[in-house]
Amino acid sequence: MELRSPLGRVRGLGPTKEGGTGHWWMQRMTAIALVPLTIWFVVSTVSMVGVDLAYFREWISGPGNAVLLILLTIAVYHHGQLGLQVVIEDYIHHEWVHFTAIISVKLGAFSMAVYTIYSITLLAFGS
Amino acid sequence: MASGNRPLSPHLQVYRPQITSMMSILHRLTGVALIAVAVLLTYWIAAATYGPEAFGRAQGVLGSWFGRLVLFGMSVSLFYHLGNGIRHMAWDIGWGYELPKLVATGWAVIVFSIVMAFVTFGAGYALRGGA
Repeated sequence: MELRSPLGRVRGLGPTKEGGTGHWWMQRMTAIALVPLTIWFVVSTVSMVGVDLAYFREWISGPGNAVLLILLTIAVYHHGQLGLQVVIEDYIHHEWVHFTAIISVKLGAFSMAVYTIYSITLLAFGS
Repeated sequence: MASGNRPLSPHLQVYRPQITSMMSILHRLTGVALIAVAVLLTYWIAAATYGPEAFGRAQGVLGSWFGRLVLFGMSVSLFYHLGNGIRHMAWDIGWGYELPKLVATGWAVIVFSIVMAFVTFGAGYALRGGA
């Protein structure tokens, strides 16, 4: 006799084992954050074609710029890895390739974000 | 997962292309393309930490004709994903599911992404100040 309910048996068997709602919610949260952040970024950097390092340093240490750039970095890489995860889940069905790809994307995005924040901090404090 | 000979849902190719489905897959494609923008952003900022020569090289790559072409494509992708993302948010709060609205907002996003990419590049060229 099967004592587990049908719901109990299927829970956790989907591709998003840690829960799809959290994924969906964070995708929307980062998307909302990215609307003003990307507009700020485009407006700020549109005039930076060909500027030299001194100008770039001055901009990055200007009021709010480093903080906004760090927020943009976090939101971009978080949103990006959530999106790539869905693409992998939809198109890569081979189990090992599937998990290797998802783990690589998550660790890669996290590393890139940390490296970017480190670089921003370095420039903002003017080392 | 036993799959045997169960019927599968028809593949994408059997459907007539429609603005709704085309824009949906474009949202995904531009999203993947924008990952490259994130990597480029990291490269640009990280290059600055390696000194004036490294930053100058990065600026040179981005400012070359090929770099500008890539940046233009990225601008279109960015504004498309941004505009269509806002369209998605409207759907999330339950607005805009009627077919005429779907088509109208769809075309609005397409026009927005192309116009904004040109506006951005126009502003870039206007503000560059001889550099």
